Amino acid sequence: MITIDFDSEKIYKTGRTPINLQNFRKPLGRVHIIAERCKECGYCWTYCPKEVLEKSDYVNKNGYHPPRVKKGRENDCVACGMCEAICPDFAIFVEEIKNE
Amino acid sequence: MNKKLIKPGNYFMNGNFACAEGALVAGLNFYAGYPITPSSEIMERLSYRLPQVGGHFIEMEDEIASMAAIIGASNAGAKAMTATSGPGFSLMQENIGLAVITETPVVVVDEMRGGPSTGLPTRVGQGDIMQAMWGTHGDHEAIAYAPSSVQEMFDLTIKAFNTAERYRQPVIVLTDQVIGHMSERLVVRDLSDYEIVERELREYPDPIGKVHDFSRDFVPMVIAGKGFHYNIDSLTHDERGYPSNDPMVEEVMVKHLIEKIRKNEDKIVEYKEYFLDDAEIIIIAYGITARSSIQAVRELREKGIRVGLFRPITIWPIPKKRIMELSERVNAIYVPEINFGQYSHAIREFSKSPVYEIPFPPGKVPDPKRIVRMIEGGS
Amino acid sequence: MVEEIVHPKDAYLRSDRFPHIWCPGCGLGIVLKSYVDAISKLDIPYNNHVLVSGIGCTARLPGYANVDSYHTTHGRAIPFATGLKIVNPELQVTVISGDGDLFNIGGNHIIHAARRNMDLLVVCVNNFNYGMTGGQHGATTPEGARTSTTPYGNIEHSFNLPYIMSSLGASYVARWTSLHVRQLTRSIMKAMKIRGFSFIEVISPCPPNFGKYNRFSDGLSQMQFFYENSVLDNNADLSEAYIDFTGKRPLIVGEFVHRIRPSYIDLEKELIRKAMEEP
Ligand SMILES: Cc1ncc(C[n+]2csc(CCOP(=O)(O)OP(=O)(O)O)c2C)c(N)n1
Ligand code: SF4
Ligand code: SF4
Ligand code: SF4
Ligand SMILES: [Mg+2]
Repeated sequence: MITIDFDSEKIYKTGRTPINLQNFRKPLGRVHIIAERCKECGYCWTYCPKEVLEKSDYVNKNGYHPPRVKKGRENDCVACGMCEAICPDFAIFVEEIKNE
Repeated sequence: MNKKLIKPGNYFMNGNFACAEGALVAGLNFYAGYPITPSSEIMERLSYRLPQVGGHFIEMEDEIASMAAIIGASNAGAKAMTATSGPGFSLMQENIGLAVITETPVVVVDEMRGGPSTGLPTRVGQGDIMQAMWGTHGDHEAIAYAPSSVQEMFDLTIKAFNTAERYRQPVIVLTDQVIGHMSERLVVRDLSDYEIVERELREYPDPIGKVHDFSRDFVPMVIAGKGFHYNIDSLTHDERGYPSNDPMVEEVMVKHLIEKIRKNEDKIVEYKEYFLDDAEIIIIAYGITARSSIQAVRELREKGIRVGLFRPITIWPIPKKRIMELSERVNAIYVPEINFGQYSHAIREFSKSPVYEIPFPPGKVPDPKRIVRMIEGGS
Repeated sequence: MVEEIVHPKDAYLRSDRFPHIWCPGCGLGIVLKSYVDAISKLDIPYNNHVLVSGIGCTARLPGYANVDSYHTTHGRAIPFATGLKIVNPELQVTVISGDGDLFNIGGNHIIHAARRNMDLLVVCVNNFNYGMTGGQHGATTPEGARTSTTPYGNIEHSFNLPYIMSSLGASYVARWTSLHVRQLTRSIMKAMKIRGFSFIEVISPCPPNFGKYNRFSDGLSQMQFFYENSVLDNNADLSEAYIDFTGKRPLIVGEFVHRIRPSYIDLEKELIRKAMEEP
């Protein structure tokens, strides 16, 4: 279901930018949040390289604020999968949107 | 039958070798152990013999590891065993509990020597009787066989495997230094004459749908790698194998573990009786002490004292019904043991007549003369 | 905003047990993710995967993965796993347990498993303390660090795990932090393919215990410490790879050892073959 497995180092904050960047198709991702599993550790919004996530004001049944996609940044997720990989609670995942 | 198993015939063999050969006949295919006198010959023998029959032998770093390894091996489908003596038996106790709670069949041979602590490494003792029952913490039932001859080292080791498989429970062969080290006649029958219980394995897909079913005494065991994807837990767990803090879950699980043995006590319990028909006094003795005791019985009978011997083959569960019955028709029960009173406590719980201890300090085979003197003396 | 959706990794989890017991910001969920990610990508038959653990917060991990799992006694996962593996070498046996479980109470077992080159993958989640029992000090607690039993600071020298494992002869040794998720996943995949003993240390935050006692206000601040101090060095001099939390030393991570040495299972197979052939 999740097909993104390109080398994420390229896109990490600390990564290099390829000189032929314009030749790359920028992937687009859609973020899914399983709000009730979230424990508000903040890892997803801290380590999202595109900074598209933030803490929401929704409070789940355990009293935690799950993440949400920032207003106006809906098309900026590049489906790198970092949020999904770093979430200790299996509360967030991304789906790459194919053929735009 | 594997042609590398012992052949039928008469042998002159020591108890440790007989135990090892019996285990092979029972289908042992994994042994893990750590050397300790007086049981080391069992592992030495098996280090040579197990690979010949395609089995696995590993010398572990200690007895804790040995116990853990045989439980792991059994969960992969092997008939597994370890052998040790007092200090090692102490180290194994925590994981004996793991075998109990995970209902893993394994066989543990404990060859008793003098204690406490390192004690008398090369000399006999019988001080682990209570440890075999209550050594591991928490509620549980124990099954322990007490061989008192080389023949029984062979026969009862086979039986221990059968019982372990049948009841999904660790089973102890509780023997002693003298029985392990002495050599005498061993008769091996045609191997097809021996009852060998093979483990009932769960088939995948699982008809039960959960790893445990506590409403039934026994369900076929699940082993690794078959597709079940179950959790096997040392924590108190429910039927799905999931850990739980709920006292109700504990009650259901522990009752199941205990009841599966208690309900079948009559099938498990074994004993032998000698000269009991007209006996007014009974000696209850096991292991090497039973051999001294039968000598004492003969001498006492020559003197006209009507004494008989009751020998529990299963130390645990204690043959309580029979002890109760017998105690009603005799005047006294004497319990010689190479300790300062252990099994006597358990016997006293079920005896209707007075129970007298005949304690022997560890280090020597009990002297029948002393048993004679104590009984003649009347206390 | 709340979407009723199923996480793609749920198929590899006992999702009926979620949310798991781990604290907010605990790194253990990330290790679980890496493990299931690795097994989902590998060509090893799924039913062959077995997880074994001792006791501790980390040791709860196998209970959440939908594979055959064994939660054994404190410190004894490795010998248990040894028995499983020897009897059925087809199994891919992975031990995931805590630093205390593997290196304090179980220290004797891990050194011998490595020495034997036993065909196991051991993932040690190092949170520098005994998380489960309230953050007491252990063999991995860095010098000077505070824990619930070192209120004056730890005066004991601590273990440098990759250095120990390498010197014991492990076939594969790596160290990551729970921030290095992808590297960890790749490491697990690689280690599972190696014959012999593989060891991966995962440095992981424990916010309410080690974190709290050592001025990391939450998991994130500990993760930030990893982020700022981790240095990838596959050729590191492992004797220098010990950890402190002063920030004066880099936190060396990487794949340090990958060597080929006959594994226990291979050698045992040969031994049994010879013994069985004897007349
Ligand atoms: C024999 C025994 N001693 C002590 C304990 C208590 N105990 C449970 S977990 C644990 C420490 C676990 O530490 P670690 O392995 O580092 O796991 P963590 O919780 O940090 O993940 C201890 C001491 C026990 N369960 N068994
Ligand atoms: S996949 Fe997650 S981490 Fe990556 S860009 Fe999208 S939201 Fe950010
Ligand atoms: S990483 Fe997971 S648990 Fe942490 S805030 Fe994000 S969604 Fe919540
Ligand atoms: S105590 Fe520490 S190790 Fe245990 S769950 Fe909490 S954060 Fe994780
Ligand atoms: Mg720990």
